[in-house]
Amino acid sequence: MIEFEGVRKTYPDGTTAVDGIDLTIPAREITVLVGSSGCGKTTLLRMVNRMIDPTAGTVSIDGEDVGSLDPVRLRRRIGYVMQNGGLLPHRSVLDNITTVLRLNRVPRAQARARGLELMDTVSLDRGLASRYPAQLSGGQQQRVGVARGLASDPNILLMDEPFGAVDPIVRAELQRELLRVHRELAKTIVFVTHDIDEAFLLGDRVVILRTGGVIAQQGTPAEILAHPADDFVAGFIGADSGQRRLRVVERDGARIVVDRHDRPVGLLDADTPAHSDRR
Amino acid sequence: MSVFLEGIAWLFSPDRLSGPNPLPERLAEHLGYTLLALVIAAVIAVPLGYLIGHTGRGRDLAVGLSGAARALPSLGLLFVLTLLVGIGDAPVAATIVFVVLGIPPILAGAYAGFESVDRRVVDAARSVGMTPLQVALRVEAPLGLPLLIAGVRSAALQIVSTAVLAAYVNLGGLGIYLQRGIQLRSYDEMIGGAIVVVLLAFAIDGFFALLQRLCTPAGVRVAGGAAQTTRGRRHRRPATPRGAAQ
Amino acid sequence: MTWILANLGLIGDLMLVHLRLSLIPVVVSILVAVPLGRLAHRVGWLRGGVLSVVGLLYTIPSLALITLLPPLLGTPVLSDVNVLVALGLYGVALLTRSVADAFDAVDADVVRSAMAVGYTPLRRFWTVELPLAVPVIVAGTRVVAVSTVSLVTVGALVGSRNLGSLFTDGLQRGIVPEIVAGIVATVVLALVLDLVIAAVGRALTPWARVSGTSGAARRASRRRAHRAEVPGTAAEDAVTGGGAA
Repeated sequence: MIEFEGVRKTYPDGTTAVDGIDLTIPAREITVLVGSSGCGKTTLLRMVNRMIDPTAGTVSIDGEDVGSLDPVRLRRRIGYVMQNGGLLPHRSVLDNITTVLRLNRVPRAQARARGLELMDTVSLDRGLASRYPAQLSGGQQQRVGVARGLASDPNILLMDEPFGAVDPIVRAELQRELLRVHRELAKTIVFVTHDIDEAFLLGDRVVILRTGGVIAQQGTPAEILAHPADDFVAGFIGADSGQRRLRVVERDGARIVVDRHDRPVGLLDADTPAHSDRR
Repeated sequence: MSVFLEGIAWLFSPDRLSGPNPLPERLAEHLGYTLLALVIAAVIAVPLGYLIGHTGRGRDLAVGLSGAARALPSLGLLFVLTLLVGIGDAPVAATIVFVVLGIPPILAGAYAGFESVDRRVVDAARSVGMTPLQVALRVEAPLGLPLLIAGVRSAALQIVSTAVLAAYVNLGGLGIYLQRGIQLRSYDEMIGGAIVVVLLAFAIDGFFALLQRLCTPAGVRVAGGAAQTTRGRRHRRPATPRGAAQ
Repeated sequence: MTWILANLGLIGDLMLVHLRLSLIPVVVSILVAVPLGRLAHRVGWLRGGVLSVVGLLYTIPSLALITLLPPLLGTPVLSDVNVLVALGLYGVALLTRSVADAFDAVDADVVRSAMAVGYTPLRRFWTVELPLAVPVIVAGTRVVAVSTVSLVTVGALVGSRNLGSLFTDGLQRGIVPEIVAGIVATVVLALVLDLVIAAVGRALTPWARVSGTSGAARRASRRRAHRAEVPGTAAEDAVTGGGAA
């Protein structure tokens, strides 16, 4: 469990990135911080592993104030995945994955074995182990980044817009993979994105932030969709534009879900009409 | 340290205005060589550099040339040309050497200036109907001017430095004090001469630095030189060789 | 030509002396410029000052610098030390800017990710930032080496014995081939040193060889981004990027 209490971050130039946030992130769930640029979501994330220290307030992990911990040791037990993987371009794929293990003085052979296992975990061909990151596709690089984040078997995985730079098809695949990995390993994942669809897809809980670093609303995707707290949230999730108002129409013998402008967005499950017919 | 004081005393002695080597005359000589060579080098290198920058052709050749020019020892070049044309025509030999040394930096500055211009700006200029010549003269040349002047600045310093060596082929200039000082062991003259040479180099460097600032188009200056370092193109910006040191 | 053939031994001898006179200032300038350039990269307010001082240093004509050094260093006027120090100063002047640029060019995301996985600052410098700065530092060192080899010849005017001695001797005695031999030998030496440093640079950066420069990698990623916009090929990318999922 990660707790933010009265956390504020003001930069020397006077801008406030985070303005007095209280937030509890439950263990073993995916919590997504979402908002447009300048809402402080990345600042908030980086406070967890002390890449950024708050100006006021405390951040604690399982009741322990991170401010009292050595930042280097803290970072080695928290996984971190960033856009483009943040891979070291001069190290091979396997070396990148085992970086943290080697920093923690795990013997080379043992680190290697674990690294190869992790490649399986994130569905990377072991044959890529000795390649350099630049020889991989964007999606593969991102998988390496996730594998590296998982290497030391951390309880917490921080993900900073990790899928922002890959094309939509690869992104969808990586999202599915992340959900699968989370089902298997049940880590506490804090995920930052500016894409509300991604937030609703991945998040057990979603925290919507607004410019200036304050929380606009938090809850499960269903709660937020059902009861947007205010106009800002409604606008952000697209509820006011009718994007999220869906209804079912019958076309060519199939039941199609359409939005307010009659644009089809999906197909209702085959057994659903039979079920509703009986009612 | 006292040698420095002697050098400064030598510099301000009234004897500097008379005798066989009056300081103003040698300074004028030095500046004369520099200016003549700089103008000739610019007349050759600027159009050539613009052509390379505008068409993108011959760039590798130009880069190779400036690399090779760095390896050429200017002292040897000066001496061998003087011997070849005969010591009587030494001014011609020296001017050729200065021009040869001045061309690569100006060439680099000219094409780097053109290349530094954001391609989207050039496309925009073409899209409003400018002819290639108009694009070159009204868009690329003014936006590339600061880098061109940086190139001219390098060339000027290169030539000023090399002109110090001209004394060794009996052409005078400020180098004569250094040459005499070393040969005759008159260290006040050597140090005094060296100080003048350094001050001249600083003055020329300062002059071109100022010119560079004045020639940056106002719109670019406001934007913090953004047009010069458009992010995606940064890695292609050729390092304009600064300074001279020959 | 006969002069050259009769004096091959002398030329070879002078080349070796010349190489020694060139290598010392190049090595010293690397040792000084790397910390200095790193400092300029790290400490914002120092950057402008450091870089303008080294820039000004580089504008000083070489013969003037060589003759100004004896009273400062307390060395005899006709000592090789003056030449070595002057060339070392030019090397530092040139290379400090390259080093600062080299560290500037290291991807901030990579540095941040190294920080995030728990590198100590010292270790991050030695194993991440310095290796990634090597290509630009090597490029700067090549420029320094080539111009140093050429500048050593000026030392002949203050009695230093090197390939430049062929110029002064040739002028005095009116032997054109002697000067030409000196020029050619100097250029060859500069070229060989340049190639050796380039080779060392390549050996130090195996990752840059497989995928070309970072520029090439950037172009490749731009191509990928472009391909993704074209239907069909995006799917192909997804296959190569998707592994066995």
